[in-house]
Amino acid sequence: MPENRTITLRINGRDEEGRFPAHRTLLEALRQLGHMEVKCGCEKGDCGACAVLVDGMAVDSCLTLAWTADGREVTTVSGLGDLDSPHPLQQAFADGGAAQCGYCIPGIIVAAKAIIDENPEPSEDDIRLGLSGNLCRCTGYTKIFEAIADAAAVMRAEGGEP
Amino acid sequence: MSRTESDAGARPNVQFRQVGKPLTRTDAPGKVTGRTPYAGDYVMPNTLHMRVLRADVASARLTRLDVSKARALKGVACVLTAADMPDRTSATDIPGQTGQKRLDTDQPILVKDRVRYFGEPLALIAAETRDIADHAAELIEFELEPIPGVYDPLEALKPGAALVYGADNIVAERKIRKGDIEAGFAEADLVIENTYKTPFQEHAFLEPEVGLAWVDENDVVNIRVSTQVIEHFRPIADAIGVPHNKVRVRGALVGGGFGGKEDLTVEVYLALLAKHTGRPVRLEYSREDSFVGHGKRHPFVLTYRTGVTNEGKITAMDVQMIADAGAYVFLSPYVVLYALVAAPGPYRVDNLNVFARAVATNNMYTSAFRGFGALQACAAYEQQMDEIAGTLGIDRLELRRRNFLKTGEPMSTGFVPPSAIWTEQCAEQAWAALGEPAPVQGPIRTGRGLACYQQSYGRLTFLHDTSEAWVGVEMDGTVVVRSGVTDIGAGQISALGQIAVEVLGVTLDNVVIYNSDSAVTPLAGTTTATRALYMTGNAAKQAAETLRARLVERAAREFGVEAGDVDMAFNEVFVIDRPEKTMPLVNLVRICAAEGIHRSELAIFRAPFGDFLDPETGQGQAHPDYAYGAHAVEVSVDVETGEVEVLKSIAAHDVGQCINPAAVEGQIQGGAQNGQGYALSEEMLYEEGRLVTPSFSEYLMPTAMDMPRVECIILESRSGVGPFGAKGIGEPAMTAVAPAIANAVADAIGVRVFEMPITPERVVRALQQRDAS
Ligand code: FES
Ligand code: FES
Repeated sequence: MPENRTITLRINGRDEEGRFPAHRTLLEALRQLGHMEVKCGCEKGDCGACAVLVDGMAVDSCLTLAWTADGREVTTVSGLGDLDSPHPLQQAFADGGAAQCGYCIPGIIVAAKAIIDENPEPSEDDIRLGLSGNLCRCTGYTKIFEAIADAAAVMRAEGGEP
Repeated sequence: MSRTESDAGARPNVQFRQVGKPLTRTDAPGKVTGRTPYAGDYVMPNTLHMRVLRADVASARLTRLDVSKARALKGVACVLTAADMPDRTSATDIPGQTGQKRLDTDQPILVKDRVRYFGEPLALIAAETRDIADHAAELIEFELEPIPGVYDPLEALKPGAALVYGADNIVAERKIRKGDIEAGFAEADLVIENTYKTPFQEHAFLEPEVGLAWVDENDVVNIRVSTQVIEHFRPIADAIGVPHNKVRVRGALVGGGFGGKEDLTVEVYLALLAKHTGRPVRLEYSREDSFVGHGKRHPFVLTYRTGVTNEGKITAMDVQMIADAGAYVFLSPYVVLYALVAAPGPYRVDNLNVFARAVATNNMYTSAFRGFGALQACAAYEQQMDEIAGTLGIDRLELRRRNFLKTGEPMSTGFVPPSAIWTEQCAEQAWAALGEPAPVQGPIRTGRGLACYQQSYGRLTFLHDTSEAWVGVEMDGTVVVRSGVTDIGAGQISALGQIAVEVLGVTLDNVVIYNSDSAVTPLAGTTTATRALYMTGNAAKQAAETLRARLVERAAREFGVEAGDVDMAFNEVFVIDRPEKTMPLVNLVRICAAEGIHRSELAIFRAPFGDFLDPETGQGQAHPDYAYGAHAVEVSVDVETGEVEVLKSIAAHDVGQCINPAAVEGQIQGGAQNGQGYALSEEMLYEEGRLVTPSFSEYLMPTAMDMPRVECIILESRSGVGPFGAKGIGEPAMTAVAPAIANAVADAIGVRVFEMPITPERVVRALQQRDAS
């Protein structure tokens, strides 16, 4: 039987504890803790549906072992905003029709957050490069590019982090 | 967005308040905040985790299957094999339909003795955890004795070929015999013949197949599943041997479908194990499971022989099509029927022979995929049009113009589509929008391509398709819509809401749409065949209009005016041009409630009911109506590496009437991506039926780096048979994309690659052959 270890993750600003074996991925651990907004599309690092921010860096949670995130800050799409106070990215994706089936969107919005954090005024090439690890099968990406550019503009106008 | 207002068949514009506006979809806020539960996000206490054990060869006899060690493993609740249910089969063709009888095409649920394709299920496991289920799978011992298989439909047709289906491997045969083909060819100045090949394609929805099943207090098997078709409850019940009213399928917002969640996927397995264990069971496919666990797009070999005059007028067309049906029937008979009907494309061909066959092999079975055979036909007929134009030296658009089918003219089956045919407007606008060519340098060549299409919307008329919807107003003036329709990401339910609130004059934030529950939402049919908006939209509109008439009638009495003078908008009821005569909808609803006036309505919409096409001539009405449009692209080709890049991608479609322009554009842009992958990079490689590319790192669909921004030109003839004159855009969005790209590559390098996907290797080989000859 594999050894279980108790770890603490700071998820969307709150400490959460869980006991997991060494091979448990962060994706599985987050979902086990009820963070169903983190999606599984391949479990191989090929699709980006499972992307979350770990200490501000976008990672594929299916390739990250839960133990390695012990004590770290994890942000999912739900940590960026909610229905009452959506993040500018969430607002722009909803209003711009950038989400279709929506399954890729939690990962894409997280990746987009990382793009804008790195460069508040990303060019289209920056956006494309930043999304190169995120697959979407529904949208052709056009409205996603537009939503990210729109959100970046809103965030600049608002003067940084909301 | 541009609109063309004047043409035969077009209906005048009307003033909409909510239809035609790019409103934020009702499903969007939940999706962007991570609040939306998908089918895989539901949990129940005491759930068992399932796993499917699959055959690792494509053609074999199962000589031994020993699950005793797996059953003995601690934490394993149940292992099922065919031995536990010797007579159980499940339906494969058009399950869930309400109309006519389906074909007799059942497949064993689990392999009994014969494996016919790679990945065919051998055993089902349910265990306390996923890890235990995986471990149990490793403990199952089986022996598969290889049997020679057949992996090419042309080989499968030869005498003496290994038999997969029936006496000759022919799954379905369809034909069109129209006009006088010999006279047509005699009239031609030139006959051009070419063979085109199209590949397998994987749907690659981001959400793998998943579901959760449990047995409730009424002994009903409940299945919460990611599906396009909740009416699978009937074949599921048949498969597990319970009455139809003992299976309830509840959908969820679907994480992508594209036809790949049209057939049964995990439902029967879930139902069986929920029944057997009495506990909730959950099954989620891995990506690899998904690659081998649902039907693919049919590869086709299409031979077009076209007779033309020197002026470019088509005088005769003979088309032979062979589709790879794979190891089981599924929707192959209908896919080839679509291909047959679509064979000449959006062109007037009075002397037409088409012969289309679906042939069984030991490859993965093939079934529904966006475009459904009509797309494969388009891939060939549009390349053929360019070949003809090139040979005759006629401009490619001009050649098409000389042959376009026009509004009111009979198509391949002799049927006259009831709506406007705006192919020419679409083609001209898409082509013109390409603008100035991009600059080129070094080994880069650029080229342009155009393709036009005809694609049905709505199901085959012999299926006698119907859709029900319920619309009601609550005591506080909010609106409820109930429809069994599934939402697979295109905004199907939001569009229903938009239609209902347009009619009832409330705002979209005041409506809730309950959908996709086979027990409580009125059955609305499938979300397939570009039928959801057409069928469920019409049903919702009908229900809302009847309800509105009742409400308006009562309001007119209150105001002391005629019903025709009353209007409803933005949650108010009022007399037109009399601002003092107004009341909130909620007041009217209270009056109605106090008087027992019915505040809801259930409607059924019936598509035109037809018969099968004539089996000898293929003449008759196959579908309710057709959509038309065009796609234009500019590509660059690196003649050293063979790499193709799509620089511009422009779509022009007559959608009849936009319900939500942002959603329509989204469909078009997604179709452009789907078609681009199909044309250039998506390749399923099989070795003796074994898929060797079962991941997204091997099966390459376009990424954010590959896709140009897709430009949408939306035309509205308002002539469709959907609500407010809408047509459909789900499938049409994709149909013409791949041939447009193929034509652009040929234009760039001066030689055609006759087989898709047009990979760098194929481009380089074509260039070498050109240089050698
Ligand atoms: S699920 Fe992690 S990259 Fe696909
Ligand atoms: S919206 Fe469906 S995969 Fe991106």
